[in-house]
Amino acid sequence: MAVIRKKGSNNVPAISTASLPDVIFMILFFFMTTTSMKETELRVSVSLPSATEIQKLEKKSLVSYIYVGQPLKKYQAKDGTAPRIQLNDSYCTPKDINEFISSERDKLSENDRNSMSVCIKADKYTKMGIITDIKTELRKANALKITYAATQQQGYY
Amino acid sequence: MAIDKRKTPEVNAGSMADIAFLLLIFFLVATTMNTDMGINRVLPPWVDEPEKDAPPIKERNLMAVKVNQYGHILLQGDLVELSQVKERVKEFVLNPGNRDDLPEKEMKQIDIIGEYPVSMGVVSLQNDRGTSYEMYINVQNELTRAFNEIRDMVAFNYFGVKFSELDEAKREAVQDAVPLKISEANPKNIGGN
Repeated sequence: MAVIRKKGSNNVPAISTASLPDVIFMILFFFMTTTSMKETELRVSVSLPSATEIQKLEKKSLVSYIYVGQPLKKYQAKDGTAPRIQLNDSYCTPKDINEFISSERDKLSENDRNSMSVCIKADKYTKMGIITDIKTELRKANALKITYAATQQQGYY
Repeated sequence: MAIDKRKTPEVNAGSMADIAFLLLIFFLVATTMNTDMGINRVLPPWVDEPEKDAPPIKERNLMAVKVNQYGHILLQGDLVELSQVKERVKEFVLNPGNRDDLPEKEMKQIDIIGEYPVSMGVVSLQNDRGTSYEMYINVQNELTRAFNEIRDMVAFNYFGVKFSELDEAKREAVQDAVPLKISEANPKNIGGN
């Protein structure tokens, strides 16, 4: 077939890149909406102990977190330096755990309640006394699946 | 210079993509996909009063591991180093020589594997209130490692691959053969907070 060309326009027209930003913006928005920001603001400093035999937490939506550690520097003037328990956004005592667990359990659907688990994120320099209190309360609240959060240790000592 | 005869010159949108890319990369870097990892445990259910007529565990089936506030480990009455714990636990659970002072074994019918002598040994981990969390996790880790190595061994004997490479059904079979029996006894109320 014969191609009819206009006079004087020999060069190929440039591919329009005007829609490229739109595509990139779409990817950007996708990432912005899917990645979750940290839902709770940490008020205690937690540096996890390291271990070798650790497993991934299975379903994040079924996990509740308990943080244990010294209050952060900026809160120390007010709250002292003794290790504290943090549930959601505030400091708590072991007695509050029962209520916390039942409210977390209510958020889950009927089927998921049995597979609910609790992740204890405790600072490695805390003493076991406070952890034991937490464990006792968890047993009373019937939240028996727990995970001691730890980081991967490279190699053996 | 020759000037186009179009009425309005097009706004150059080429750099728009660069700006969007910059934002995209910023978000990719700033948001961390942190995967939480840890040591899984199942706590015993709470009982208000311990049953008095519960059958006591035979002494040979119980291995007491105690960790005190100074980080010393007492294992069946012996002061041991952390690095010795794993071998002692493995010997306790496997009882290779069928010794009288190590746990009994119970023949159990397990799917896929068939009959297997399941150890009745229970490792009981006790700690003070003053024990550091790091030391506690270290000991927990060693205990888990002992059980994992036994599972690996069983998996290798029966299926020729490591435990972690088994499929679901076989994994459950090995788990039944080597149950993770670590009891977290109530700690003694000593050692300060």
